[in-house]
Amino acid sequence: MNNLISQFWPYTIDGLSLGAIYALVALGYTMVYGVLRLINFAHSEIFMIGTFAVLGMLHLFGMPSNVGGFALVGLLVVFAAAGAVASGGSAVILEYAAYRPLRRHGASRLAALISAIGASLFLQQLFARIVVPWAFGLPKEKGALPIQGHFVKRTDVIHIGSFELSNDRLIVIVGAVLMMVLLDIFVNRTKLGRGIRATAQDPETAVLMGVNIDRIVTATFAIGGAMAGVAAALFMLRFEETRYDVGFLLGIKAFTAAVLGGIGNLRGALVGGVVLGLFEMYGSAIFGSEWQNVVAFSVLVLVLMFRPTGILGESLQQARA
Amino acid sequence: MNDSSSGNPLTRVRGAYSSAADSIRDRWSGAPSWVRWLVYVVLIAIALVLPADGIGSFMSPYTDWPTLLFFPIGGYILLGIGLNVVVGQAGLLDLGYVAFFAIGGYGMAVFGVKFGWSFWEILPVGVALSALSGIILGAPTLRLRGDYLAIVTLGFGEIVRITANNTNYIGGPNGIGGIPHPPSFSEWTIPDNGLFDALGLGGVQPFKYGALDGKPYYYLMLLVIVIAIIFVKRLESSRVGRAWASIREDEDAAELMGVPTFKFKLAAFAIGAAIGGATGVVYASQAVSIIPTNFPFILSATILAAVVLGGSGNLPGVILGSFLVAWIPERIRGLQEYRVLVFGAVLVLLMVFRPEGLLPSRRRKAELAEGSGGMGSMGAEVAGPATVAAGEVGE
Repeated sequence: MNNLISQFWPYTIDGLSLGAIYALVALGYTMVYGVLRLINFAHSEIFMIGTFAVLGMLHLFGMPSNVGGFALVGLLVVFAAAGAVASGGSAVILEYAAYRPLRRHGASRLAALISAIGASLFLQQLFARIVVPWAFGLPKEKGALPIQGHFVKRTDVIHIGSFELSNDRLIVIVGAVLMMVLLDIFVNRTKLGRGIRATAQDPETAVLMGVNIDRIVTATFAIGGAMAGVAAALFMLRFEETRYDVGFLLGIKAFTAAVLGGIGNLRGALVGGVVLGLFEMYGSAIFGSEWQNVVAFSVLVLVLMFRPTGILGESLQQARA
Repeated sequence: MNDSSSGNPLTRVRGAYSSAADSIRDRWSGAPSWVRWLVYVVLIAIALVLPADGIGSFMSPYTDWPTLLFFPIGGYILLGIGLNVVVGQAGLLDLGYVAFFAIGGYGMAVFGVKFGWSFWEILPVGVALSALSGIILGAPTLRLRGDYLAIVTLGFGEIVRITANNTNYIGGPNGIGGIPHPPSFSEWTIPDNGLFDALGLGGVQPFKYGALDGKPYYYLMLLVIVIAIIFVKRLESSRVGRAWASIREDEDAAELMGVPTFKFKLAAFAIGAAIGGATGVVYASQAVSIIPTNFPFILSATILAAVVLGGSGNLPGVILGSFLVAWIPERIRGLQEYRVLVFGAVLVLLMVFRPEGLLPSRRRKAELAEGSGGMGSMGAEVAGPATVAAGEVGE
């Protein structure tokens, strides 16, 4: 407890930046769930592919050591875009290969879930056994691939008393919030966004109104994947290493965040991610970091006991219409 | 199936497979009871000679076949039977089923090592402990529906594993070693003569639980599996089974008709947990030592895959699915590090090929034809000729 009081601000900042990454990944789960009522288990691997795309870019082009201001922002945008393209593209391919045939057969959601688990195993192993050894050589220990040097050199941006905000955490938080605002505008203001909302509300009526469901589903996977790709770039900025199963625990946490906020609800993903990140950090300050994940899942169980559809509720229509 | 079999070869194979499966099922449901008993006896006889070396050399060229039959094959089948009660019968999605397996395993380890109890004393205690933990998990969470329940159970599975990892009393990450084997019943040896030798079972001591021979453990697992099958099968055709079916198909309607849904869901959770716990006790009695990483999330996912793959809700299907899911990765061990990769691809392909499972139950098939499959369908289904083809009409 003393640990938490004396280190309150660092834990809060860490929790916020972790929560921001959870929230971005959670968007992919929540959007796919909203449209297809499917837990896209392979979304964690979509995130993993994003981290390797960013790592590949770093290996190819390197990162100039002392850039600042607009040049830095520009470079970060390029890296985030690389992650977004890789992840979004693989999400679309995933939907074509593993989910679309099942949708055409009118399969149960349980069958789709098993297909998702199979796809998750396949992608994870594909990267562990084939892609990563081919592209980066064999990782040295425990399969983790660190980036060479620093992605962005760490400095403190703000330093008041015990309140320190380093630049990497600031970029993560600002970047994630920016992406979510953009997504919110996109879903609420554009024609494609309206199609997504309509399909989430009532697919049959949406079809009758002339919405092309296949296109909407593809777009949903692409956008959700792209969000995971940006999250991957931010993750690399913050933690500076990746491995083939990096998505596993993070994916589970992100899905937890989506459920915590109210699955299918875009703003719920943000709330859930931040709440989960903060509780995890405070929990690890109080009980020790080995209990971090137990705290996270306990928070989930407690919240769902009192709010059975998450903090903001499952209100696809209200929050997104 | 004739109308849609004009399509591509894949559709034709699907059609041929399902009409074959249908005709077997029809013949079975029309068979007189003496035929059924004959089939049961034959199946048990096959199961008894299954660990023979001749079968093993084909089925498992890379690993000791009797040990493989004990775990993962036997273990997965028993876990599949237990999870089928929860997922297949009551329609509750449980993604943390491995937790009960772990509780059973740790029950065996703690009582066996720290208190010196014997296997036969621990078995009922471990089963009761798992059932109790099922109730403790279920009581606050079973009011949640569908995917909320899925993520909570997933979290519970992780909580159990991490807690085991962080608790020094049960060995932390090193787990517990030196778990006692079950006490031997007798030293009786299968006579070494012509018939048994031909079956490859001569000289086996089926009731002596040592460190080397996997066969006695396989027979132990087989006994537990048979008991579990009888138990679950009786439940299925009782009032409880009908209540589960009604909950699975429409919970609100069931509640309105006076089915105490919460009570029956809790019962499904407890029974599923008890079977998972029994698997854990039997597994730990052979394994000598257990560690938290024996109980990862992926095992829950694999068992769920086995249940759905075989045909959720149909016991023969679940057993077949569990067998395949346990056996395929071992059989393709020659592919070494690529086996999980291939396994993942096979899961996707099988689901694409036959989303209702290899041997779905008749009732489940009817539900699927309606497009709900008992678990509800995906939101944005693509309407088209293929949707009609999926609702295959039997002869």
